[in-house]
Amino acid sequence: MIESVINIFNEGAKYVIPLLLATIPFYGLLVKKVKVYEVFVEGAKDGFNIAIRIIPYLVAILVGIGMFRASGALDIVTDFLSPILNAIGFPPENLLLAVMRPLSGSGSFGLLSDLVNQYGQDSLFAKIGATMYGSTETTFYVLAVYFGSVGIKKVRHALISGLIADLVGILSAVYICRFLFG
Amino acid sequence: MLNYVWFGLIFISVVVGTIDGKIDAVTEAAINSAEAAVTLAIGLIGIMALWLGMMKIAEESGLIELISQIVRPITIWLFPEVPPDHPAMGSIVLNMAANILGLGNAATPLGLKAMQELQELNPTKDTASNAMCTFLAINTSSVQLILPATVVGLMGVSASQIFLPTIFATSMSTIAAIVSVKILSKLKQFTIAPEIRSETKLEPQPEEIGND
Repeated sequence: MIESVINIFNEGAKYVIPLLLATIPFYGLLVKKVKVYEVFVEGAKDGFNIAIRIIPYLVAILVGIGMFRASGALDIVTDFLSPILNAIGFPPENLLLAVMRPLSGSGSFGLLSDLVNQYGQDSLFAKIGATMYGSTETTFYVLAVYFGSVGIKKVRHALISGLIADLVGILSAVYICRFLFG
Repeated sequence: MLNYVWFGLIFISVVVGTIDGKIDAVTEAAINSAEAAVTLAIGLIGIMALWLGMMKIAEESGLIELISQIVRPITIWLFPEVPPDHPAMGSIVLNMAANILGLGNAATPLGLKAMQELQELNPTKDTASNAMCTFLAINTSSVQLILPATVVGLMGVSASQIFLPTIFATSMSTIAAIVSVKILSKLKQFTIAPEIRSETKLEPQPEEIGND
């Protein structure tokens, strides 16, 4: 039963990207008469800009985490925490990303890149990491920008709620990925 | 905060590496990682260009407006303090629709506009209103159907497998945000004190914001 659910999921997942690639221009051109080719090229230019813009952040984070791993310090941390993490089924490899996610978007993207570099795109750790990254936000940054823009000093329960949401998102990411890919 | 985390990573690495006698490996890792970061970023350009081009089409063809029609009834239920015809409701709806499509660049200006309009409805100008807390809790929980271009680029072919798990996890976190914000707003320590509520005329002071 569970096997067939996973099989259906994996069959269906193949079509997600092709479907988006076909339906978005379809809707744009045939329903809304958008000049899809010109608009596509205009949007695509940003790909270059973003990639260049993230280089300094990636260098900072990948160097930091790379040194941390090579020195053996990462092993010490994960050895120390793994009994607790294993008890709740949380992979120690994904811990750093979970801690970083609410603090910094560029930092957590760097850590996600590190997971992909170390374990490969198809690894469970990378998939858990990508799901974590996609299902939560940089809570501290969003609160600072949004409240700061209108001069709110007392944020009341917004921060706690945001962090609860992050925790639930992170744990959900771990369990759904372990269920589907574990 | 991030400054200490980053400094901590490097400092501890050097100390532990020295004790372990792995200092050569630490040096090598620093140099190789710096190089790997550039290779990685350059490698992302193609897929990100593809994805961002597609998302630009989605944006131009008014997909945000289409999604916002679906979202609207939910937001009216979520924000009982905001009159349904108030401009704030319109901005909230558009911001959420942009977030759902993973259009972060379009979402932020709409979100800031929504905050300004919510501030007009806010009787206590230095304290967040219930509607603001709800709006931000949902925003920080990330409501997303379409993955950001950076993740699609990074995950390559595996990206398609991440869509459904992400929708599941993001739904869970959004539900947690809504439930917790509604419960916490009733707690004594988070209610707005009545004496402040009366008449405080504070001019909104835009703050200097650091980039992340």
